[in-house]
Amino acid sequence: MSITIEPTVKVEPRRKELPPRERLERIFHVEDLDALYSGKPAVKSVTMEIYRNLVTAIIGPSGCGKSTFIRCLNRMNDLVAGFSMTGTIRYHGQDICGADIDPVAVRRHIGMVFQRPNPFPKSIYDNVAWGLRVLGMKDSLDDRVERALMQAALWDEVKDRLKASALSLSGGQQQRLCIARAIAVEPDVVLMDEPASALDPIATSAIEQLMNDLKREYTFVIVTHNMQQAARVADMTAFFSISRGNEGQRFGQLVEYDATRKIFTAPSDSRTEDYVTGRFG
Amino acid sequence: MSAHGITRADLQAVNLPRRRLVNRLMQALATLAAAIAVAALVLIVWSVAKRGASALNLDLLTRDPAPFSFTPVKQGLENAFVGSLVLVGLATAMALPVGLLVAVYLTEYARPAIRSSVSLVLDVLNGVPAIVIGIFVYGLLVLGHGQSGWAGAFALACLMLPLVTRSTMEVLVLVPSSLREASLGLGIPRWRTTLSIVLPQTIGGVVTGTVLAVARIAGETAPLLFTSSIVGSQTSWSPTHALQSVPVAIFELSEQADPGSHARAWAAAFVLLLFILFTSLAGRWVATRNRRRLSTSR
Amino acid sequence: MTSAGEAAELTRRPFTGRRLRFGDVSLQAVAGAAAAVATVLVGLIAWKVTAGAWPAIRRYGISFVWTNSWNPLPGHELYGAASFLFGTAVTSLGALLLAAPLAIGIAIYLTEIAPRLLRGPVTALVETLAAVPSVVIGLWGILVLGPVLRSDIEPSLHRALGFVPLFGPPSTTGSSIFTAIVVLTMMILPIVSSITRELFLGVPQDQKEGALALGSTHWEMVRGVMFPYARGGIAAALILGLGRALGEAIAVTQVIGGIAGGTGIHWNLFATSDTLASKIASSYQGATTNLQLASLVYLGLILLVFSLLINFFAQRIVRRGARRQGVGANRGALG
Repeated sequence: MSITIEPTVKVEPRRKELPPRERLERIFHVEDLDALYSGKPAVKSVTMEIYRNLVTAIIGPSGCGKSTFIRCLNRMNDLVAGFSMTGTIRYHGQDICGADIDPVAVRRHIGMVFQRPNPFPKSIYDNVAWGLRVLGMKDSLDDRVERALMQAALWDEVKDRLKASALSLSGGQQQRLCIARAIAVEPDVVLMDEPASALDPIATSAIEQLMNDLKREYTFVIVTHNMQQAARVADMTAFFSISRGNEGQRFGQLVEYDATRKIFTAPSDSRTEDYVTGRFG
Repeated sequence: MSAHGITRADLQAVNLPRRRLVNRLMQALATLAAAIAVAALVLIVWSVAKRGASALNLDLLTRDPAPFSFTPVKQGLENAFVGSLVLVGLATAMALPVGLLVAVYLTEYARPAIRSSVSLVLDVLNGVPAIVIGIFVYGLLVLGHGQSGWAGAFALACLMLPLVTRSTMEVLVLVPSSLREASLGLGIPRWRTTLSIVLPQTIGGVVTGTVLAVARIAGETAPLLFTSSIVGSQTSWSPTHALQSVPVAIFELSEQADPGSHARAWAAAFVLLLFILFTSLAGRWVATRNRRRLSTSR
Repeated sequence: MTSAGEAAELTRRPFTGRRLRFGDVSLQAVAGAAAAVATVLVGLIAWKVTAGAWPAIRRYGISFVWTNSWNPLPGHELYGAASFLFGTAVTSLGALLLAAPLAIGIAIYLTEIAPRLLRGPVTALVETLAAVPSVVIGLWGILVLGPVLRSDIEPSLHRALGFVPLFGPPSTTGSSIFTAIVVLTMMILPIVSSITRELFLGVPQDQKEGALALGSTHWEMVRGVMFPYARGGIAAALILGLGRALGEAIAVTQVIGGIAGGTGIHWNLFATSDTLASKIASSYQGATTNLQLASLVYLGLILLVFSLLINFFAQRIVRRGARRQGVGANRGALG
């Protein structure tokens, strides 16, 4: 049931059309994922695929499990007491939730940037260099640090004060430093959990521009509660919504996943339409 | 870029062997450290319990020490238990009111400058070693007058004061200002507000703080060495002369060579440890319960 | 919750135009008097201890500190603190050396490694160690620890490492510097570990997650994020532990044995010795002359000065650490 609606959200007209699905390389294949905290489900039955060198946005109302879902992708939920999950998450064909898989190795390839900037209380240089040193990428450290800071569009602003404390940077700069820190270790995928929600509009647009430039090299999955942001940056958009179970529990479910243009102009599901036209959520 | 061709081996635990080894090693060391600490405690408590319980009998509490004789003679440490009771009781009677008043002054009346200086002074007092307090009270009350239970109790009170003050202050600031405002708004004078409205809210915390302080000083030996240690073997309740106390008795007995003295020392240590552990744990349990109640009722 | 300042503000301003109530004035006066008493007490302590030591101070001056002698023979009386300062230094620093890694390890275990159900009980157990009175630990030290050290451990260490002067011939009684170090370690362990544990619990979760998300192992995260965060506080905790060790008189007296021959500075950990506190505790009752008594009090004065200095430094470190953690200072020193 396809409905054409007046878009309340403008999708970037210059956005290149996506190549057909078969030509996209699949990085994640999530199958029937259920995630639970202390036995209570947070998300259920999620099945979707995430493709290389695209920006994939996860949108939906508060409490629909977007953060829970994204944190499953790099095994960060392991840190939460009482967490359990069923289903499979295949990364390059390997199930990363297998018993013999080391979460430390997973996180080496799948990086994460958090909602609030969390630079270490070290110098700007050492923030980027710390991960490199720990992971044994110590050769040409200075070059690696410079490259990461350039890719994060921060180099010009900090190149003269690399030894200054990272805490002396503004919020937007700190978040770009966290992005530099994450991409310095050359991950494959960068997960971003509402990366601009704590930032002002100018800093936000700087980060969105970053994603656009860097998706040539990395694959981005971004959670955002800001529909306009998803429309601006994402190639693919997944809409999660809150469902109710038989016993009255609330949990999140994937409702619709498609090219961003389709989600915002001709969604297939009425729940998606309600959300993107602002009727709820 | 490490993008393409990520194999299963890249993600498995067999990779990065050295870093995982270091991680496991550090985990093991930390666990070992905790095991050592627990083992130390268990060892001590076990030793005291085993040797103390076997030497424990009613004589310990009902008979006085007897002079050394070659034939075993029924004796006990009644004078020490009674003396400790008197000393700790007097010390609490001295320290509690003063501690309460100081806490009230600091939270209700003092200007910030005075509050921080007096708090500093109390911290200093807390940091003075017990043996130096002993020397101090010796110079103040014993020199020229001889030892006495009063001097011993005063030394213990000096140790108690910072503890009682600090724990009372902690509960005083928990009393919501709305309570004070309500009372003052009704026209009730300041002093009545403080005494009848604010202080009663803190009774739980004050009691806990006092109980914990009592547990602390019940085992103190050093201050009593100088102020209340030269004693006869007769049980006495009067603080005008030196009174024997359980920690000092244990100390003296531990320095003796004969097994009979050692046995009595273990038994006394057992009773002392039971008392202190019980009061500490009870005090801390009541404190957590009070804190939970106060924070949820606001 | 009222801050102490708010409470004072609320009740201090007198209502203008009203007569001050007798009750208000008396309560404030009595409470103020109590606070004054507490302040005076500290001054009194400093004064009385100095006064008690005065005959020795007047006689020996500051050279008392480095004089290595304790001779009570009438006509040849000469007293000095050097041996006891040495004993205090060796035992306290030795205990600190043993306790520091143990306490940090315990704190890491309790905050990061232990299964959640175990955390509460094990924490309680470690803190219970602090509640055991020193005289009981000393009793255990003399009658249980000492004999074990004397018959098994010290001889084996002496055999294995005897070429190092630290591990000389064991004493005959089991009382020694080494026994005292072990006993002191057990006594300062709870303080240092509980402060360190609180510090580790205070490390923000997002910092830890930031490090782990980069693909670091747990230990690498602890070393790279938690240690730097807690560094200042751990230093303060160690200093507080040192202060506790310095001032401990009873347990140390029971297990350290007293220096053979009265005084002596030697490096053998397995020989008997004395510290400032233990010398005071053991010799006080047998003090014969005024000068000897004054010298003992002089030892107490030195102990008091050290304790005050240590408390002062611990406070300084805590304050400096708080300043650093707060608004970002423009220094990259924590890299």
